[in-house]
Amino acid sequence: MFNSNSGFMYGLTAAVIAFVIAQSVYFLYRALKRAKELGMDMGKIKKTMVSTAVFTIAPAVSILLGVIALSKSLGFPFPWLRLSVLGALTYETSAAASAASVMGASLSNAITDPQVFVTIAWVMTLGIIVSPVLVCLFGKKIEGGINKIKDRDSKWGDIFMDGLFLGMISAFLGVVFADVSTGLAGWIPVFVMIASAIIMLICGALKMVLKAKWIEDYALPISLLGGMALSIPITDFVNTLV
Amino acid sequence: MKEDKNTKTLNYRDQVHHFGRIWTVIALFLFLMVPVAICVHAGVWPKAGDLLKGLLSVAPIFWTVGAIEVITYVPMLGTGGSYLGFVTGNLTNLKVPSALNAMQNMGVESDSEEGEVVSTIAIAVSAIVTTVVIAVGVLLLAQIRPFLESEMMQPAFDNLLPALFGGLAVVFVSKNWKIAMAPMIFMIALFVCVPSLAGSVGVLVPVGALIAIAVARVLYKKNLL
Repeated sequence: MFNSNSGFMYGLTAAVIAFVIAQSVYFLYRALKRAKELGMDMGKIKKTMVSTAVFTIAPAVSILLGVIALSKSLGFPFPWLRLSVLGALTYETSAAASAASVMGASLSNAITDPQVFVTIAWVMTLGIIVSPVLVCLFGKKIEGGINKIKDRDSKWGDIFMDGLFLGMISAFLGVVFADVSTGLAGWIPVFVMIASAIIMLICGALKMVLKAKWIEDYALPISLLGGMALSIPITDFVNTLV
Repeated sequence: MKEDKNTKTLNYRDQVHHFGRIWTVIALFLFLMVPVAICVHAGVWPKAGDLLKGLLSVAPIFWTVGAIEVITYVPMLGTGGSYLGFVTGNLTNLKVPSALNAMQNMGVESDSEEGEVVSTIAIAVSAIVTTVVIAVGVLLLAQIRPFLESEMMQPAFDNLLPALFGGLAVVFVSKNWKIAMAPMIFMIALFVCVPSLAGSVGVLVPVGALIAIAVARVLYKKNLL
């Protein structure tokens, strides 16, 4: 019988997470050092670091929920590890579910068969390992391609980058409408998105009226948390109508 | 002076590529050693057939999405941000918005060296905070679990992405609404007509980008941007 919450599993998880934290601290140190060399405003950078930390909390709690959800079948350490490195919530759950079903198991029960557990662990690991490999192999080439575009025409280079951002944002705005055909309840994500957008607009207006730069720094965390908070009464209201 | 700065920029990016690759290779080795260690500890190895079947059910889509994410996000995140972001994961729901927001707040372009530095800082901070939040969450699980899993809180976590991209869209769409309209209308129409594509949104990101870039090219040529 495999104990997915054993000290061994916690030790393994702690070792890998410690490595990733060390990598993050090293990259942070190098970037801060470079920022100083470039003469960037370090006070502004500190404020940006704080606002990034605040912004991260809500998505991190949502990742924690993913760890909790997967812990019912795989214990705490392994989902904790998978969602702290490489993985993403959407990927890890479906990879684990697919691997479990191949073995005739289900994620609704604790996985205690070592054969099933190791198969799930390998599938989850190998299924997502390709991105960092590709960054190592092609990251420099992709960057070179962007630099070439910029060297030829710097204005077009900037517009090209804006196009990339907007391509990503438009795809994720579009997916918010995926359930609208199911009825009024399917519009809830759309209403939440609009609420978040309105909060962002209010932040922009307040920044101008009060001439308070800090509002801009915290506008995204405010609109994110505001949107999430408003989703509760929005959902309640919609549910009373359907 | 200009030449000196360019040389320094080149040197800095080359250095980041160098240590970025070293860190990533070690990280990949460690990640692969985890299932190896579990197998050794449990005294069991997966059967090749089961592993292949399991991989075939996830790898085609996730390797494709992974490749697309590399092409799309590397130019946005810069050198250091990419090496760190792709190792620490959770790109779409956390690292990319963090980096974009930080660059916007600092008023720097993503393809400049200042943008490169700010993106790396944002992704590093985000990775560290995420690890701390999850660690604290697991330690305090007994206390916070009833709250996090309560029925009342469910809509908040179900609607994380709409709440995130609603705010982000205002910032970026308002700056470039002429470029943004066509991909937005296309994507909304696509997902309304084919809701089942919601699970493949990662694959559709470059489609949106291609539409936006094509529209931008036409408008740029006509001097409308």
